[in-house]
Parts: sequence; structure tokens; C-alpha cells
Amino acid sequence: MNPGLICLKKISKTYLVGEQPLPVLKSVSLAINKGDYLSIMGPSGSGKSTLLNMIGMLDRPDSGEYWLNQKPTSSLEEEKRARLRRDHIGFIFQNSHLIPRLSATENAELPLILAKVGFKNRRNKIAKIFSRLGLSERENHLPKQLSGGQMQRVAIARAMVLEPDILLADEPTGNLDQTAGLEVMELLEELNRSGITLIVVTHDHQIGNRAARKLTMVDGEIVQDKPGHDLDR
Amino acid sequence: MTLIDNWRYSLQALVRHRLRTGFVLTAVAIGVTSVLVLTSLGEGARRFIELEFSALGNEIMVVLPGRKQTTGGSIPLYGNSPRDLTIEDALAMQKVSTIKAVAPIIAGTSLISYQGKSREVITLGSTTELFSVRKLQLSQGRVFTIGTSTVAKPVCVLGATIKAELFGNKNPIGQWVRFSGQRFRVVGILEERGESMGLDMRQMAIIPIAAAQNLFNSPALFRILLELKQSGSEAYTEAKLRQIIKKRHEGEDDITILTQRAMMNAFDNILNVVTVSIGAIAAISLIVAGFLIMNVSFISVSQRKQEIGLLKALGATGAEVRNIFLTEALIVVGLGVLIGLALGYTLTLVAVVLWPFIPLAIPWWATAASIAVAFGVGLLFSWLPASAAAKQDPVLALRGN
Ligand SMILES: Nc1ncnc2c1ncn2[C@@H]1O[C@H](COP(=O)(O)OP(=O)(O)O)[C@@H](O)[C@H]1O
Ligand SMILES: [Mg+2]
Repeated sequence: MNPGLICLKKISKTYLVGEQPLPVLKSVSLAINKGDYLSIMGPSGSGKSTLLNMIGMLDRPDSGEYWLNQKPTSSLEEEKRARLRRDHIGFIFQNSHLIPRLSATENAELPLILAKVGFKNRRNKIAKIFSRLGLSERENHLPKQLSGGQMQRVAIARAMVLEPDILLADEPTGNLDQTAGLEVMELLEELNRSGITLIVVTHDHQIGNRAARKLTMVDGEIVQDKPGHDLDR
Repeated sequence: MTLIDNWRYSLQALVRHRLRTGFVLTAVAIGVTSVLVLTSLGEGARRFIELEFSALGNEIMVVLPGRKQTTGGSIPLYGNSPRDLTIEDALAMQKVSTIKAVAPIIAGTSLISYQGKSREVITLGSTTELFSVRKLQLSQGRVFTIGTSTVAKPVCVLGATIKAELFGNKNPIGQWVRFSGQRFRVVGILEERGESMGLDMRQMAIIPIAAAQNLFNSPALFRILLELKQSGSEAYTEAKLRQIIKKRHEGEDDITILTQRAMMNAFDNILNVVTVSIGAIAAISLIVAGFLIMNVSFISVSQRKQEIGLLKALGATGAEVRNIFLTEALIVVGLGVLIGLALGYTLTLVAVVLWPFIPLAIPWWATAASIAVAFGVGLLFSWLPASAAAKQDPVLALRGN
């Protein structure tokens, strides 16, 4: 039996940069429990995003095992993984990744469309979430008509509409000023308090230190896991 | 994703990416239109030639005086001074069992005049058979029923243009005209028909053969038209004709025989060349159109790799992504095809109105092929990049590569 909601066992990933193999994750093992609040810090290029993408099943490891909800995922075909992503995982990217032609509401309702939720239900749900995130005035705005903080809040709305078990945020405050960044972090932490497992990747210590559990990565390895202990290398 | 949401999403993408949609639409429309217009030009040429030749009539042979070709490499003894063909020769030909009708023709120009108006006219002297052999119809009056008798009855049948110039709207039947001074009564007017076998029948007058002999003061025939009872007897008939002429012309078969079949064969070669050319034109324009549609579709989908990556990150399956892009391609190619068809047919129609003498027509297979290629290429080259991007792990598509 594997403990926890998320269990990574000796995950390795090597990218080819030109002809050169570049090991990005070196046999990373990690267990995360339901409801945890985790930050992953470390220098640029240390593999934080790659690790987060593994957890979010946006990427596939070269070797190792990934258990989600006590089920192995590594051997699943892409279509099944897509379903798991839709049902369990919400993603927030540094640059929001909103579709430029779609309004705030239309962007946020994409997961609901994929889950075959009807038009009226969708719009009701989005309206509720938007009012909670302070976006009610902005529902028909296009991304280019929104500030960075507003765009990130739309992305958060999109990540939480299907009430996922896990929220993965890759540098969610990277493009924001301090105030907007703090607002976004508070929103995410509020979601965590309501039971969602939250994992935030950042290179900003002030942001990273807010988490209950703090991981530090260097060169594709987790070198520190607090509170806990320095890992044996 | 439900079907309705699939269509809503695809339509929205098309409407909101106006420029990109416009490009694909234009590419498809231009592709289809160019195929239609180019093939209609080729088909028009083919029909033009075919019409010219079907006007000949069936199972016709033409006998000309003199030997036009040397056979077997021997030097033609009488090459330039053939014996004339005469009415008696024509009468002798009538006895060949495979021949249905013989129409000997004397031809010359004469001055036709009526009430002070006059003009030069090509005058054919022949028998009643000419009308049936050449399938000449009358619009007014009747044909003269005169064979090869020596009675030079002064009657004539006029071409439509001659009639219009001399008589205007007046009824010409029963009027007397003069051919180079000699009086002839008008008994019939040829139906308007245009050219056949290179002769403009609207500009001709036809008189009995004996009268033409008097008029031109010569018994020499211009040619003899023969109609066969059935096709397939050309070779036998030709042999018989040569035998007869040899006997009558002191051992020389100094005639040239043209069969309609031989003429048609020459035309068949031309027709085949034209048909092959149309095919080549169609194939080339289809390939060009196909490449155009392929490139525009491919680029248009490739520009949206990030969107595909995002959809996948949000939990869309590869099938859902493919459906979205196929639906878009279906809509935009469908619209483009409709515009292209409308444009192609309109242009052809306008051309037909402007230049009615070229029988332009869009062959059905060109329409079918252009539609098939547009949809085939458009859908395939939207599906390929969409499907390739959807198969990848989402990180790659999200990065846009
Ligand atoms: N698809 C890829 N192909 C090649 N190299 C990659 C790819 N993805 C990431 N990398 C490289 O892997 C290393 C780690 O990347 P990443 O996980 O994004 O680092 P971090 O998020 O910690 O800054 C970097 O050097 C990056 O350039
Ligand atoms: Mg990163």
C-alpha cells in the first residue's frame, strides 16, 4: 500500500537538449497527504516545474512510479490521464494561459464544458465563483482587457470550478506585483483551508515560506523537506 | 464535451479569428473556382470541336476529282491534270449497292440580283438528294424535286443571309431573282444553321444541277457527296467507286475519296488530345488548390498548439481536441466550397452569355473532384496537426512545440 494522496517513487526525467541528455529529475520520491499545503522552492532550472507537471500528469516520467489516490498512473494511456486531470487536478500557470478570444467567463467555464455540464448550470457556477473572487464586473472582458492579477484570478476560477482534489500552481505570482501576488496567495490558501491539496512552485522565499511544508530542489533533487528533516542524499 | 458545445466552441473560434478564417475560406474558394473555370474552358473547347463534327451527318463519303495523295510512293502520272468528274460519273456511282443517295455538286460564284439589289453568291448546282444528304432544312417554301435531268428548270433555294439581304422581311417565295442575268424563281429558304464542313450555308444559293451547268458553262463537278445505306461498308464502296472510275477514265482512278470516318478519326485524335489536356489542367489546378488548402489549414491549426495543450491540461481527451478542429475545418471548408462553386458557376455563366459561340460547360466530374479534394485535403491537414498535438504530453503543446 502506498500512503497518501500523491506518491512519487523514484521518478526520473531526462530531456534531450540538442544531442546532450539533460537529467532534470533524478530519482525523486515524494508523498503528499490530502489537504497538505506544500511549496517547492529552488533556483531556476532545478526542475520544479517539471516535478509539478509530473504530479499534474502533463508530463511522463522516464522511469519510476506515480500513484494518485492509491492507483498507479504511469501505465495509463493518454486519454485516461486526460480524464484524471479533468476530475482531480486544477492547474494554475505563471502566465495564466487564458485563451485570448474567449471572455473571462468563457475561459473559466472550459473545464465545465469538458465535463458536459449544461449551459445554465455552468453560468450559475461561474457567477458564484466570480463574485467570490471579485471578478463579477469582469465576466465579459477579454484577457487583454484584464490586469495580471485579474487574469490570474480567472485562471484560479478555471482551476477550481470542478472542485479538484489537487491544486497545482506554477509561479502563480511570478507576473504580479506584491499586492496582487499576496491577494492571489490568500485566495489559494483559502481554497486549501476548505480541503484542497495545494502545491505552489515559486522561487520567492516570502511566498514559499507561507506553506506548512517546504521543499527545496537543487539540480533535479529534493534537498530539503521542512518541517521534517534534511533528506539523505 | 457535448456535440452542441463542440459546435459552439468551433463556430466561436471561426468567428473570432476572422482573419485566419478568411484566409482558409479564400484558399478553398479560389481552389474550387479555379478548378471549375479551367476545366470549363477545356470542356468548352472539346464541345466546340465535337459540335463542328457532328454537323457532318452520318455515313457520308465525299468524292473529289484528282488524286490528292500519292499512294505507295509511286509518282502520280496525272497529279495536276485530272479528268473532270461528270454527272455521268455520278450516275454510274448510283449503281453501287451500298450507296443510298448521290448528290453531285457544281459550284461557282455568280451575281444574284433582285429589284436593284445585288451581291456575289456562291452558287451550288445539285439535285434534290443534296438536301437529304447534307441534312439541310428549309424555313420557308419547299425543296426543288429535280434529279440529274437535263431540263434546266430555273428555280432556286437561298441561304438565310442572302434572303435577308435581298428581301428583308418580305415573303420571297415565288419571286424572281437573277443569277448573272438568268431568271430563277425562289422556291425555298434554308433554315438558319451556321457553318457545316467549313461552308457557311447562310451565304449560299442552290439551283438544279442542269441550270448550274448552263450558268457556269461547264459540266465539271466540284465534288460528289455520297450517303451510305449503313456504316461499315466504306472500304467496299471505295473499292467499287475506284473500279467504276477506272473503267470510265481510261484506266485511271483519278479521284480522292474522303470518308466521314476518316475525318472523324482525325478529329478523334484532336478530341483525345483535348480531353487529356483538360484532365491535366484539372489535375494541376486540383493539386495547386490542394496545396493551398493544405498549407493554410496546417498553419492555422499549428498556430493553436498552445490552445490544444491548454485544453489537454484542463482534461480534454485527444478525441475531443480532434473533434473541435475537424468541426472547424468542416464548417470553413464547407463554406469555402459553397462560395467557390457559386463563383465558378457564375463566372462560367457570365462567360456563356458574353461569348455564346464557345459552349463552355463545367464537367460534373470537375465539380465532384474539386469538392472531394477541398474536403479531403482541408479535413486531413486540420486533423493531422491537431491530432499530432493532441497525442503529445500536454507540456510539449503548452510550450508551443
Ligand atoms: N521539453 C523540454 N525540453 C528540453 N529541456 C527542457 C524541457 N523542459 C524543461 N527543460 C529543461 O529542464 C530544466 C528544468 O526545467 P524546469 O523544470 O522548468 O525548471 P524550473 O521550473 O525549476 O526553473 C531546465 O534546464 C529546462 O531548460
Ligand atoms: Mg519553472
